[in-house]
Amino acid sequence: MVDFSLWDIIRNLLLAARWTVGLSLIAFIGGSTVGLLLLMLRLAKLPAIGPLVAAYVQVFQGIPLLVQLFLAYYGLGLFGINTSPWVAAGIGLTLYASAFLTEIWRGCVAAIPHGQWEASASLALSFYEQLRYIVLPQAIKIAVPPTVGFLVQVIKGTALASVIGFMELTKVGKTIANATYSPFLIFSCVAVMYFLLCYPVSLYAKHLERKIHVHR
Amino acid sequence: MSIVEITALHKSYGANEVLKGIDLQVQPGEVIAIIGKSGSGKSTLLRCINGLEEFQSGSLTVDGKPLLHNNAAAMRELRQHVGMVFQSFNLFPHLTVGKNIMLAPGLVKKKDANTNEALARKLLERVGLAEKFDAFGDQLSGGQQQRVAIARALAMEPAVLLCDEITSALDPELVGEVLRVVENLANEGMTLLMVTHEMSFARKVADRVIFMHQGLVHEIGKPADLFTNPQTPELKQFLRSLHD
Repeated sequence: MVDFSLWDIIRNLLLAARWTVGLSLIAFIGGSTVGLLLLMLRLAKLPAIGPLVAAYVQVFQGIPLLVQLFLAYYGLGLFGINTSPWVAAGIGLTLYASAFLTEIWRGCVAAIPHGQWEASASLALSFYEQLRYIVLPQAIKIAVPPTVGFLVQVIKGTALASVIGFMELTKVGKTIANATYSPFLIFSCVAVMYFLLCYPVSLYAKHLERKIHVHR
Repeated sequence: MSIVEITALHKSYGANEVLKGIDLQVQPGEVIAIIGKSGSGKSTLLRCINGLEEFQSGSLTVDGKPLLHNNAAAMRELRQHVGMVFQSFNLFPHLTVGKNIMLAPGLVKKKDANTNEALARKLLERVGLAEKFDAFGDQLSGGQQQRVAIARALAMEPAVLLCDEITSALDPELVGEVLRVVENLANEGMTLLMVTHEMSFARKVADRVIFMHQGLVHEIGKPADLFTNPQTPELKQFLRSLHD
């Protein structure tokens, strides 16, 4: 048994939490970018593309994130690409987040009255201009609360990256627990840290929701 | 030369044929009122003219330009010649009244900001809302919103204005202010096609009235003839039903 003071434990967990935050940011930024691209493709009503995007969403929504991460890790290896846990987790979480975000945002765009599309089309705006000046500015207002809410899911989802050897909060917690034989204490600390990461984000989502309702 | 020319226009939703061969020529400056029961195809016809509805066969030209659904550049060109005002106003709620009006001329016609604003203010004055330039749509009454929508359509300097039951969503006391704006447009020589339930307005302002029935132009003529001397039993029945 190795002797760890409480401070040692917390210090190591805090250091690991940086990677949880980093991975969350990668997943969220990557997921937003890919998700927005997929949303555009879907809204453009091109033949064949829409169903393809819908299928993509269904596939990633229908497979556990844990399994997706395994697939990303071992799948990339299969193609002879030497993957680090960073790359595999980044790709896995990006794909996962993009599928959910594109679906969340599609709902927000669908919530914009059809008349807005028709009025802007009648004014000779192109599809891109309709999106850029009429639909997205209104959809974004609706999208903020569920999007921020989903960010909380992503933060918690990064814990699964521990199974492919990514040294984030959960994985480091497990390692320390193995060394100290006091798993309950360690995982309590881990739990508190996740909560401290997620709770402010949730609060912010609630705040945004209230703010938008006032304006409506 | 006709400004709108519609020949043998057929339109169906799946197996349901809603326009069964429409022929219509509209002369510049003409005011046409389209009446008929709901489901007779009158709104669909109007929406075909600016491409909001696709039709399966027949041809449609505006200002000599054919309507080609699959050609984005041609549609953009055509829609600059056809303005449309909707029953539900459809103002952009996130933009001020002024920006509602200036958006399309700025983007599509590349009008510079100063000319664009001057035009918007002039149009707002014309519809009697000069002081509402910085207001948002939800701060206006229905009648005011509809007048802004008219100004917004006019800002593109269209050759034809389509009005789709533009007073149907208004409280009765607000109908007059919108119709007065339309009447002024008609007097100034704007080509107008309007689907309307305001028979007395149609009678007063329209040059020709079209009665649509089951996807066809059932009767067409000067309002005085059509309203006082309907030829077909369907129109007689329709006019009678209005008085019940």
